[in-house]
This record gives sequence, C-alpha cells and structure tokens, in this order.
Amino acid sequence: MNPILASSGRLGPYLFAWVPLAGVTGGLLVLAARLTALEAGVILLPLTSVYAFLCLSSWYLCRVLPLGENTARLAATFTIASAAAAALWSAWGVTLAQLLASFPLFAALPEKLPQMAPTLFLLGILLYLLSAALHYVLLAVERARDEARRAAELSALARDAELAALKQQLNPHFLFNSLNSISSLTGSNPGKAREMCVLLAGFLRATLGLSERTSIPLSEELALVRSYLAIEEVRFGDRLSVEEDVDPRAEGCAIPPLLLQPLVENAVKHGVAPRLEGGVVRVRATRTDGTLVIALTNPVDAGAPAAPGAGLGLRNVRRRLAARWGSEATLRQELREGTFSVALSIPAESKA
Amino acid sequence: MEPVKSLGAVLVDDEALARDLLREHLARHPDVTILAECANGFEAVKAISDLAPDLVFLDIRMPGLDGFEVLELLPPRADGGPAVVFVTAYDDFALKAFDANAVDYLLKPFDRVRFEAALERARRRRGVPPPLAASARGPAPLTRVVVKDGATISILPAAAIEWIRAEDDYVLLRVSGRNHLKQETLANLEAQLPPGRFVRIHRSYLLALDRLERLRPTPTGGQEALLRDGTVLPVSRAGARLLRDRLGSSSAG
Repeated sequence: MNPILASSGRLGPYLFAWVPLAGVTGGLLVLAARLTALEAGVILLPLTSVYAFLCLSSWYLCRVLPLGENTARLAATFTIASAAAAALWSAWGVTLAQLLASFPLFAALPEKLPQMAPTLFLLGILLYLLSAALHYVLLAVERARDEARRAAELSALARDAELAALKQQLNPHFLFNSLNSISSLTGSNPGKAREMCVLLAGFLRATLGLSERTSIPLSEELALVRSYLAIEEVRFGDRLSVEEDVDPRAEGCAIPPLLLQPLVENAVKHGVAPRLEGGVVRVRATRTDGTLVIALTNPVDAGAPAAPGAGLGLRNVRRRLAARWGSEATLRQELREGTFSVALSIPAESKA
Repeated sequence: MEPVKSLGAVLVDDEALARDLLREHLARHPDVTILAECANGFEAVKAISDLAPDLVFLDIRMPGLDGFEVLELLPPRADGGPAVVFVTAYDDFALKAFDANAVDYLLKPFDRVRFEAALERARRRRGVPPPLAASARGPAPLTRVVVKDGATISILPAAAIEWIRAEDDYVLLRVSGRNHLKQETLANLEAQLPPGRFVRIHRSYLLALDRLERLRPTPTGGQEALLRDGTVLPVSRAGARLLRDRLGSSSAG
C-alpha cells in the first residue's frame, strides 16, 4: 500500500500541498491557454484532484526501481510513465472542457483545447516527476526507520541472550548441594565448613557483581571459575581435578562476563559427575595475534545418552558470541574418544 | 507396642560429605545400624541386594545408575523390600519418587527435625510392600533401559533397541545384535518408551520402525516383517494395519 494512502497523517498534508500546485496549474491555463478566470476556476478542482491521486501510482515504480542502480532504465521508465500519466491527465482535461461546453457560459472552451492540451501534458510530466521524487524521499525515510528498528531488535536479542545466560547462571542445585556440604562439615570439620562458606560467598558475590558489567578481563572470569571449581572439588573429593594452562597475555583480554563459567559447570555436571571414576577438567587460554582462544575439555562416559540441558549452556554461549561479534567469533565443540571439548575463538580486545 | 528391633540401613550418595551428614543424623538412633555406604548406583544395587536392609537413604543423581534405576534393578523381596527415603537437591523428582512409593523425599539441605520426620515415616512404613515395578516411573519417556544379568548391569540406550519380545514375566530386548532379558511386561515397557519409534506389530513383539526393511506376505496368507539385518518377525493383522498407518503417515508428512 502506498505510504501516503496508508496514513491519514500523510494524506492530508499531501492533498494540501496540491493547493499551490493547483494554483500554478490554474495560472498556466489562464496565461498559456488563455482560459478565463471563471473557466479555469471551474475546471481546476476536478482536474487537479484526479491527478493528485493518479500521481500516487509513481510509488509502485519507485519501489521496484531503487535510485542509483540502473540509471538508464530508471530514466526510460519514468519518461514513459510520466508521459502516460500526463497524456491521461490532458485527456481528462479535454473531456472536462467538452462536458462544460454544453453550458452556454463555457461554450468558448473547446476552441482553447489546442493550447490547453499541450500545456496540461507538459505540466503533467513535471508534476508526475515531482511526485516520484517525493516518493523516493518517503522510501528513504521508511528504510531508515526500518533499519533503526532492526538495530533495536538486534540489541534486544543480545540483551535477551545475556539475561538468559544470567538466569541459567544462578543454578539452584549447585547452591543446595553446596549448602548441604557445608551443613555436613559443620559437624565434622567446622574449619572446613567456614572455608567453604567463604568460597561460596566469594562465588556468589563475583557472579552478581560481574553480571552487571558488559565486559570483564579474562583473569576475572578465571577467578570466578576457580572459586566455582574449588567448591565442586570439596563436594566431589578426589573424583574431580582441574588443570589450568593460561597464557599471561590472554589474561587481559575482554570477554562478556560469565561466558566461561556455564561451560565449566557443564563440564563438571555432564562430564565428570556422571562418571564413576570422575575426571579432569582442563582449561586452556592462548592469545595469538588478534585472537583469543579458550579451550575446555572434559571426559564423558562413552555410552551415556546426551544429558538434557547440556546443550542449553552451549547454545546460550553461541548466541552471546554472535550478538557481540557476529561471525568474527566461533565456538567449536567436539566429542572424540570419550573427551568432550569446546573451543571459543574470539577477537582479542584488550580494554575491559 | 511392638518390641524395638534393630534396623539395617544403607546410605547411597556420590558425595562423601552428604553420606557423613546422614551418618551423623543416624548416630542419634542406636537402633539403626548402617550396613553399607555406597558412592554410586552399581554399588547400591549390590549392597541392597546382598544385605537386604530395612531402610535405604537414596540420592537420585549419581554416576552410573540413578536412584530410580537402582530401585528398578532390586530383586523382589518377600517383605516388600526396604523403606526408601530419597535425598536430593532436586525438587523436580518429587512426583516420580511418590510414584516409586518412596517413604519420603528429603530436600538438601535439611535440618534434624525434617530428618527425624523422614526416619519416623520410614519406621512406620516398613513392611508395607512397595510395588517398585518400572511402571511406577514417571511420565517422561525412557532414554535408557537398565538390565541386570546376574552380577552384570547393562545400560541400554532406548535409541539402540531394535525389537522387544514378550517372554512370560520377562521381555527379551534385542540391542546391537545382542539379547538382554529384563523382568518387565511388554505393555509396561511399551508405555514408557519414547512414543513414535516403536510399533506393536504382534501381541508379543514391539518393533523399532527404523529397523524395518519391508512387510512381505507369508505362504499362509498373513504378513511378516523383514528387518534390515535379515531377521524375520511375525506380524499380526492388527500389527500390519498399525504399521501401514505409521509408514503411510510418515511418508505423507
């Protein structure tokens, strides 16, 4: 639908803009075609109001022929279209003049047709092209508005991804199990219980604090991961061990907060915890040129069916990477010979 | 009043600290003897089968077998089996635990009052036979089937099951070219398997659709199913109709 017809807020001003144009038309009819003021005044309203709507048809051409793409085709199309519209308009003018001629007052009108028709034709071409120009402006405005809306949608999507990540972050089962461990230690080893309380408090404080920022250095994320793993090591005893290999140059790289933590949690929950013999979670971070690579591996039981929920954390991380870096960041996951590995490759940004 | 009698208990939890806590709470009850502590489902099946405890404190999420699978693999006992108290951090298994006829469901962390209440219920309920058939499991479809053959426990992914045959009180599961026997009825198992993949092709047979090569007529005017590996299974008239419905709808959609 034509954007002018589609909104009454636009149709009004558009028709109003035709008032001076109708004035110009009337003036030309008087000066060039020698109509009397009365003749011009009577014919003007039906003449211009029809053309005002006919000119709206240029919108369909404007839409299919973007400016600056194929200028020759554009020129040819608008020459033909404006000529056709102008011809229709002058034919309408002639018809009106002949209808009016049946009244004695306007009997002289048909004699002026040889001047009136070409005047209307030339003016019609100009007015049609003017309308096309207006439609191009409107199209550009609409496109800009669409783009702004799309950008807003994208950023809303990115925010959703962040929120989903945070929601997933506050894993209640981890908390309940940790509190149960503390409850147990309170009787048998109060010192250790206190230590675990401090670890858990540190983890919670860091989680809540980090989640308010949009970017943190990798070193801070790793500290959070360490406190998480320290708590899990108390719970799982010697079934869980952790190996860390972090390039010092990687530590300053900026990443979205809580990017790694859910992946490490996955590694413990779906990798090590279901295994009778437990296993090792390995964290490795390297920085080469402009790329930060973070790799995580954990063992998995060969025959175990995919745990529900294991994919959710990964999907979330993928969405967050895409929202922030688009195709510049990648996440690769692989299950081979009983080892699950995830590798994030993201642009190395130093400022956090 | 009944005379006070000693109770044997088995504690099952993969976290040592969680077992410590249960032990600490039980220490206030001299009539309860801890017969064994288990750190995973396999140990639990063995200990409960061998020691026949009156009482089991059972974690749900564990390496190997989960708590429900442990119950499923226990041999039937004349006294109805142990009173089971689930101990877990997950509240979403409560309904399933209720279906499994558990005595109580302790949410970690819990206090002494709550623990005492669970123990009291266990004492009262002891002797009431819990029908721990697999049919008592929750509504979620099975992703794996556990089978015990003597001392060996096999975990069979539901996606790898080719066909199942009813054999009296047992079912024979054909998985990756091997046979496994499980004490279960075909109807019960059918109700728990993921819907859509299996078709009851015969009173005694469930077939995974993706294993079927084609249906072919028998000399006696009936139909039989030829599987991809060359196996031939009988197909009843109702089974053939079901198969045609399923194959027809899957090729149309």
